[in-house]
Amino acid sequence: MTEPRIVADPPPGAEPSPEYTTTESGNAKPTLLDRLLGRVPASSTDMDVMLQAKTGEGSQELEPRHSSSPTQYGIETGSRLALAEGLSLDREDLDVEVPEDESMILNLGPSHPSTHGVLRVMVEIDGETVLRTKPVIGYLHTGMEKTAEELMFHQGCTNVTRMDYLSPFFNELGFCLSVEKLLDIEIPPRAVWIRMLMCELNRVSSHLLWLATNGADIGALNMLVYGWREREMVLAFFEKVTGLRMNHNYFRPGGVAADLPDGWRDDVAALCEAIPRRMDEYDELLTGQPILQKRLVGVGPLDADTAISLGVTGPLLRSTGVAWDLRRDNPYLAYDEVDFDVIVGTNGDCWDRYAIRFNEIRESIHIVSQIAEKMPSGDFRTQDKKVTPPPRGRIDESMEALIHHFKLYTEGFRVPPGEAYVPVESPRGESGCYIVSDGSSRPYRMHMRSASFSNLQAMAPMTRGSLIADAIAIVSTIDPVLGDVDR
Amino acid sequence: MAEELDKAEQRFLHGCPLVESAGSYVVHCNRDSYYELCRNLREDGYAMPVGVTGVDYLTHPGRDLPDGIEAERFEVVVELLSLVAHKRIRVRCQVPGNDPTVPSLFELWPGTEAHERETYDMFGVVFEGHPDMSRILMPEDWEGHPLRKDYETGEIPVQFKEARK
Repeated sequence: MTEPRIVADPPPGAEPSPEYTTTESGNAKPTLLDRLLGRVPASSTDMDVMLQAKTGEGSQELEPRHSSSPTQYGIETGSRLALAEGLSLDREDLDVEVPEDESMILNLGPSHPSTHGVLRVMVEIDGETVLRTKPVIGYLHTGMEKTAEELMFHQGCTNVTRMDYLSPFFNELGFCLSVEKLLDIEIPPRAVWIRMLMCELNRVSSHLLWLATNGADIGALNMLVYGWREREMVLAFFEKVTGLRMNHNYFRPGGVAADLPDGWRDDVAALCEAIPRRMDEYDELLTGQPILQKRLVGVGPLDADTAISLGVTGPLLRSTGVAWDLRRDNPYLAYDEVDFDVIVGTNGDCWDRYAIRFNEIRESIHIVSQIAEKMPSGDFRTQDKKVTPPPRGRIDESMEALIHHFKLYTEGFRVPPGEAYVPVESPRGESGCYIVSDGSSRPYRMHMRSASFSNLQAMAPMTRGSLIADAIAIVSTIDPVLGDVDR
Repeated sequence: MAEELDKAEQRFLHGCPLVESAGSYVVHCNRDSYYELCRNLREDGYAMPVGVTGVDYLTHPGRDLPDGIEAERFEVVVELLSLVAHKRIRVRCQVPGNDPTVPSLFELWPGTEAHERETYDMFGVVFEGHPDMSRILMPEDWEGHPLRKDYETGEIPVQFKEARK
């Protein structure tokens, strides 16, 4: 670890130059931009606060062995996890037998098809064996949490839906549930069940895509085509309901944007009929295949304690034998009214993660068919006029409705001050939106807790000592979505 | 634990005020009691670090805080989960703006490592004792911390002649 250093440190005893003093004594408060452009003296006390901007503080990359600290070295070798407090790590205990000059540091990514986006993994290898791993992320960072502070609450879903782009409904759901928690409004039962329907189908489409790319990563290339094909069936249904295949902006605070279209039951019935049948075919195609088993069984094992202390959730955590599913253990929406199993593994290896996702597709379809049976009738969004605009028909005939509509879309609705975090079980694990409101119509702060971000930390302990080809299988079974990791 | 305490009075957990906020338990602390509180919570069985993040309250100083907690510019927010007890708790730690440093929780939960790096990257809150306090999302040579409220968002100049009028 390199020491943080302060940029543009004032030289000792330096006098502020006269040309700067005008800005400082003026009414306008100097901003960070002024500081960066050199309009204010570096010695100004106000600026000291901003100058906590200690930049250039250290490399994000995997450093050569001799220049990384023991703890960091421990993280990278995947062993620095269960030390009792007060114990420090001895580098000698960790050193692999290969001397440093015989190993090589190699970049995987950021653009490689098997890295699922722009994940860059730096590995130190001895021949084919991985000695150390460090994921380097941020290539897809677009500042969505900052953007969210500029968007009104009813616009927020447009933003968050783009984070985890393979399971957009879960982002929207996390955002909406937090906003609704702050607003303290109840949403009508039909909206709850529509949300559940869309979320479970989304879990199916996300896992199908995972099945496809996982197949491609480990050599079962035909699965790539089949997985995308089945996912497209689900996306076609999403398009019919929301108008878009991805990035739906369908869940809104207070309910959903539109009711289900006519004939949705037939579409859902067709999906519930087709997908389990296809899953049986893929079971036959993949599960018994010796090559696939060789690539997955016993590869990248993770134990439960490590997973929990790393904040790993979702199928990764369940593969280690921890039966933790927020749908069952912390029910939201109406998951306590449907019947489903939580799929749990035992060994925490790639094979368990494969089996869990595979069977979760079946379980989700089982939930979907129950939802289609139990779907209540009624409103699809709350009748609370504070958050719901008047129906389109009313705008033509009522002046009040027009004004109300106009006010709602120009000023937004105000959310009482406070903070809320409601977790949901996304296909990748616990996802949720931490929202701080200051009483205005925009979030004061919005933070998305993304499952992929935490799960990626499990990469180093899982890849330790494995072959480089297995590292690809491990990345694949972590199933990170880089839009969600980087936000 | 939390449920057993009397609702009418100001409640405390390990000496820090405990409140209920939008259905979740939130325990407030300042920088001095932060690490001690977190260690006690770790011993209470909060085994999973769900996340660490920050909030910059520069333009919203008048927020609701329990007695005995002095409002500061930054807050470090830690969400913890006990899988055994099915309980969640959120720790909100006040961090002064002129010296934004807090102890790192890496020793208690290794899973806070990436989250603390992200909080550092976005807010400039330095986690003391963190093994690798570098930026994680922004480029290494980036200046400033984007999620601070005084960070300039800026504009992209408009290229079209018609729009410039």
